[in-house]
Amino acid sequence: MAASAGPQIADLREPPSWRRTKSRIATVLMVAAFVLTIIPLGFVLYTVIAKGASIISWQFLTGSIPPNVVPANVGGMGPAIVGTLEITALATVLAVPLGVLGAIYLNEYGGNRPLAKVIGFMSDVMTGVPSIVMGLFIFSIWVLHFGYSGLAGAFALGCLMLPIVIRSTYEMLRLVPDPLREASYALGASKARVTVTVVLPAAIGGIVSGALLAVARAAGETAPLLFTILTVTTVNRNVFSGPNTSLPSQIFANASSPYVGAQARGWGAALTLIAIAFILMIVARLVTARFARYLR
Amino acid sequence: MSTVTKADPAGPAGSARQLSERRPLGDVSFQAVALAAGLLVLVILALIAISTSQQASSWFSTEGLKIFTKAWNPTANQFGALAFIYGTAVTAAIALIIAVPVSVGIALLLTEVVPYRWSRPIVYVIDLLAVVPSVVWGLWGILVFAPWIQQHVYNHVGSGVNGLPVLGSLFGPPVSGASFFTAGIILAFMITPIVTSLSREVIATVPVIDKEGAYALGATRWEMIRGAVWPHSQGGVVGAVLLGLGRAMGETIAVALVIGSSATITSHLLAPGYSMPSVIANEFGEASGVFRAALMGMGVLLFAFTIIINVIARAVVERSARRHRGA
Repeated sequence: MAASAGPQIADLREPPSWRRTKSRIATVLMVAAFVLTIIPLGFVLYTVIAKGASIISWQFLTGSIPPNVVPANVGGMGPAIVGTLEITALATVLAVPLGVLGAIYLNEYGGNRPLAKVIGFMSDVMTGVPSIVMGLFIFSIWVLHFGYSGLAGAFALGCLMLPIVIRSTYEMLRLVPDPLREASYALGASKARVTVTVVLPAAIGGIVSGALLAVARAAGETAPLLFTILTVTTVNRNVFSGPNTSLPSQIFANASSPYVGAQARGWGAALTLIAIAFILMIVARLVTARFARYLR
Repeated sequence: MSTVTKADPAGPAGSARQLSERRPLGDVSFQAVALAAGLLVLVILALIAISTSQQASSWFSTEGLKIFTKAWNPTANQFGALAFIYGTAVTAAIALIIAVPVSVGIALLLTEVVPYRWSRPIVYVIDLLAVVPSVVWGLWGILVFAPWIQQHVYNHVGSGVNGLPVLGSLFGPPVSGASFFTAGIILAFMITPIVTSLSREVIATVPVIDKEGAYALGATRWEMIRGAVWPHSQGGVVGAVLLGLGRAMGETIAVALVIGSSATITSHLLAPGYSMPSVIANEFGEASGVFRAALMGMGVLLFAFTIIINVIARAVVERSARRHRGA
């Protein structure tokens, strides 16, 4: 910068060096904080991929779960994959419609009423309820009376998903502009009709992607399933009755096993689980990109 | 046609007014269904409180205030939960001490330092931390991380501080890979995404005018953050930290695998311990009678703690958000 034009010109150069250095140090520390979080993430993903990829094969994905003592190249995780898919799907069918309806109440009907405010607030609070408590809850009201089943596990996962779906759907409904609603009312449509045929389609991209993220989170949960589905090693195609199993419960069981074969199958299951979660997350992003009409 | 125009039960989302009093049946029933779905949240929360306390009642009635002692011996019918409460508090505290500065640092990096097109990929990376399931953190923690950190860090630290007054009783031997401290570190990784994203939302609400004002007075970036950003977002960041605390207290599976499963109260952070959620996860399957009621009761305590923390946190966040919108 050309500083010396005249003697009266104010000094616009950078502040004295100690203040500048302090600011630099702060910036460096912020970057360091980010680097500090990438290291464990990279470490985990690297380990899971390195140890999991070597064991994953078609036989691993479909084979039955062997006893812990057998070596790594025998058997697989078939029953756990079946269990995870059917329990998560059932939980989605239970929680997503209810969550969307709850959000419709909050945004379309509730507005500023005290009841709607309480429901919105408590739904946010409910996202903080520990997942193990959901497991204990379903155990006391369902499993004690009707026994272990995939359905009980789906109830527990559904309870976890419900507030997440309500929150994400509510945010999306809020983005739908009011003139759209008013135009439909002007044509004589009832409120229910406007909501179902105008508001929901306008927000569908965001609703679907929010729901998928909730599903991804539920698919990885172990604690709510421990006392609701039990952990068996045989395949159970009937999600409505009898003990079941899932990938997370199987990883939990194998992680505390001293046998190398069981641990190796645990890594394979972990890679499968992370892959499922990633696929759901990527689909969610694609859906957002493709269908989102109103973005923040 | 009636002369009284009733306000639409709609609320603010649509401001149409009904021209006739009668609403179609389908419309009314749709509203009822939506309301029922909303009420379900309150019903579930109430049912959780009622059903779990009912199952835990025999613990509360037979032990009374002894539930807060440290005597835990299921075979001798002693069910004091203090060791587990202690472990939960200690691991959550370690997690916060590590995660909060890091999270606030990343939030400041995202909002004040890097340009917008860089901030999106950084957010994706941080969100990936949240995608890794709890059980995978546990599997990695017990099979890879705990042995590594014991061999390369804990053993040296343990022998280095042995005999020193305060450090010796905090970090001295016995050291173990599966310990309070390992659980705290893993928890820190797990709560970083939520604390970061909430702090970022709060910090992003700081008015640009305030920041430009600080720069105009000649402040450096750090002075601007301390003078303009921090006073504005303090309350919200406290709320974000409390939500992280709630997460850390309730986290089960990862902690159950790496905490070492030993019901002891000790100042030695590198020694094995136990926490409320992890003892439930490990023991509930084989428990019966008062033992099962005791584990259920710890679930009730956990539910109560996390609800209280979450209510305070949400209230803090909402209050600071409202104040700044009004300002």
